[in-house]
Amino acid sequence: MTHGATSEPASSSTLAKSEPPGASPPEAGGRSGPRLVLGKLTDIHTISLLGVLAILILIGGITEPDSFLSTTNLQLVLTQASIIGVVTVGVTFVIIGGGIDLSVGAIVALASVWCTTVATQEFGFWGMAFTAVVVGLGCGLVNGTLIAFGPMVPFVATLAMLASARGLALQITGGTTQNVTVDSVLELSRRDSFILGVPPLVIIFGVVAVLGWLLLTRTTFGRRTVAIGGNPEAARLAGIAVRRQRLMLYALSGLCCGIAAFMLVILTGSGQNTNGNLYELNAIAAAIIGGTLLSGGRGTILGSVLGVLVFQTITNLFILNGLDSAAQQIAQGAIIVAAVLLQRRSATTT
Amino acid sequence: MASAPPPILTLTGISKSFPGVRALQGVDLDVVPGEVHCLLGQNGAGKSTLIKVVSGAHQPDSGEITWRNEQTVIRSPSAAMRLGIATIYQELDLIEHVSVTENVFLGNERSKAGFVRRGSARTATAELLARLGHPEISPDRIVSTLSAAGRQIVSMARALSHDAQLIIMDEPSAVLDPDEVNNLFRIVDSLTQAGVAIVYISHRLEEIRRIGDRVTVLKDGRAVARGLPASTTATRDIVALMTGRDIEHPFPERPEPPTADTSATPALSVQGLARDGEFAALDLDVAPGEIVGLAGLVGSGRSEILETIYGARRPTAGSVHVDGRKLRPGNVIDAVRAGVGLAPEERKAQALFLLESITSNVSISSLPRFSTGGWLDRRGERKAAREHTRELSLRPDNPDVAIRTLSGGNQQKAVLARWLLRDCKVLLLDEPTRGVDVGARAELYALIRRLADQGVGVLLVSSEIPEVLGLADRILVVREGQVVHTAPAPELDEHRVLDLVMEGSPA
Repeated sequence: MTHGATSEPASSSTLAKSEPPGASPPEAGGRSGPRLVLGKLTDIHTISLLGVLAILILIGGITEPDSFLSTTNLQLVLTQASIIGVVTVGVTFVIIGGGIDLSVGAIVALASVWCTTVATQEFGFWGMAFTAVVVGLGCGLVNGTLIAFGPMVPFVATLAMLASARGLALQITGGTTQNVTVDSVLELSRRDSFILGVPPLVIIFGVVAVLGWLLLTRTTFGRRTVAIGGNPEAARLAGIAVRRQRLMLYALSGLCCGIAAFMLVILTGSGQNTNGNLYELNAIAAAIIGGTLLSGGRGTILGSVLGVLVFQTITNLFILNGLDSAAQQIAQGAIIVAAVLLQRRSATTT
Repeated sequence: MASAPPPILTLTGISKSFPGVRALQGVDLDVVPGEVHCLLGQNGAGKSTLIKVVSGAHQPDSGEITWRNEQTVIRSPSAAMRLGIATIYQELDLIEHVSVTENVFLGNERSKAGFVRRGSARTATAELLARLGHPEISPDRIVSTLSAAGRQIVSMARALSHDAQLIIMDEPSAVLDPDEVNNLFRIVDSLTQAGVAIVYISHRLEEIRRIGDRVTVLKDGRAVARGLPASTTATRDIVALMTGRDIEHPFPERPEPPTADTSATPALSVQGLARDGEFAALDLDVAPGEIVGLAGLVGSGRSEILETIYGARRPTAGSVHVDGRKLRPGNVIDAVRAGVGLAPEERKAQALFLLESITSNVSISSLPRFSTGGWLDRRGERKAAREHTRELSLRPDNPDVAIRTLSGGNQQKAVLARWLLRDCKVLLLDEPTRGVDVGARAELYALIRRLADQGVGVLLVSSEIPEVLGLADRILVVREGQVVHTAPAPELDEHRVLDLVMEGSPA
């Protein structure tokens, strides 16, 4: 379904081929070659991610045939991937727009504890959901305002948010775990299957991913995001409201964090100030593995989704095989390096 | 000059081509120790390519370089440095946030066992600065706190630190005020007395008369005159050598009667527009259907004027009206909304989204037109973009192709299509044919004229004087941020304009 995003270059390169030779000058005719290569390589990136994922599943199926391929385990992997996945969708937008958001993990923590305070829980399920989303959005707006109108370097502004949001989360909880007492939330957290065996959090992730994909490829918002990330000066001179667009990108990232925070509350039945630890690294890594250019201007939601799945599957495999988290982190680092090298190669060959 | 020493540098038959441009075609040049050899030529004549060949930044396609009687290949700028060839570029290549000493010895650090010997470098820098007549500059000073003149001194100190035997200076006086120019000349004098050869590039003929020994004139990639005596050759002769192109671009004929509707509200009206330090109070009107050209040298404030009209720079005074409507100062979005379009000088850096398709590049300023509630009508967008690129005969005729694969001329057409799609009333063109090959130029000229015929007011900036003369209806000559002359294009010729932009030396 989301495959439309990547089949696009392929179809256009077919167009380039079928073009009558007389319509293009000799030099341009020769230049449709690199174009074809680019189309292929964009696909290569997605295909190789699918390949990596297939290999990982194969490894899992061979080493731990019973536990890895069990419904429970697959549901667990997907559920865990869903939360970081929603964060990654927001981060992908920010990176494509030429920025970076280091504060996502801290915002998830803050939103999760804010929506699980005793006072908030009095408003029930929707009150909690609303609070999580609004807190996330609010933090994102602060980030965006500082970056767009400060103007501050995104790295610094979101680093400051990382520190303050986590600090505020600690302030709210005092370091204790805030357990959820609202029945509707707890009931949802007990359900590992919602529709056709798919867990509820995975459905939320699916909806967010599809909406993100549509937003990036089918709207003016997406077009402007790519433009300000690809060439901010050209975007400004083309009459795009670059600062407003930046503000909205960080707000979007914050919004995704709010959603992820509530998902985390549903999953764990509690809110803690340590929630979302290192989410920023996982989300940025997943986006980069998925083919998003760290310098901005290029990236796909499908790629980021695959990046998250690859990461989460590795974690799961390592745990199932009884390997420690040190080995797991080394493997994740190696994958990031491999992905970036692949990206560099595709950039230099075209 | 009769018993001239043997040349330290001899170039024989140097040729260099870039895609679509033959930048140098068999250029010969010889430079003797202790002389100031001036290089003259219009923009695009090949001066910068030539100095880049000598400084190792470009490799010639053919030809020989002889350095101190030995045939040499200069593989890189650092190889040139080791040979004793230093270049002081117009855009000084200093590192802003470190000290003078570190800049002087950059890439040539005095070290012992891997540790930089800071003390000796500092002393050496102080000596060099004193030799250059600027003992007051502290070697510890951070470069970003220095004036343009001070930075130039640092650049020269760097050249001397390499014991350079040949120093190339690319328009060194352009950034200096008269006092500083005098000091520069003093330094040049003392260097040449010490036997250093200088290749000096300048547009200012009077400077060349003051310090130059010999003059080589480049035109269209060829040396049209070599080793002329700098002090006695008549200005008229020099200007004549620089002008008169081999390749005459066919310019479209001016319509008769003119399409410019001077009785109507001007498409663009600029009143008292100024930016401190860049250009002084500027008044100008562009009628619908009129092409107005700004002629001037690089650094004369032309691009700044265009960008300020467009709102990309905030003016310190004055106002801009488009079709009678006042624009908000320093606001690009407002200018675009009012119907102004800019084709900027640095096309790739300032106008294009290189990874994106032709369609995305053309439609980017008109997205609201193709969307309802933010949702894009991608088919409508593609169709409209294609209509406009077809109208401009952009090749290839496939809107999905990545813009980066297009030639310079076709990329420029995509930028024009962007503004046509927006139905712009005023087009600001900054060096519209830069990086565009000869064949595509004529096509662009015809296109610009056609747009004017359709009622668009065009303000054109070009450092190629024939281009402004051939294309514009009316010309404003800009020098150092001031309009020094305004006249209908048919009343001017290349000599006259060149005289005006080069400090009004009498023709």
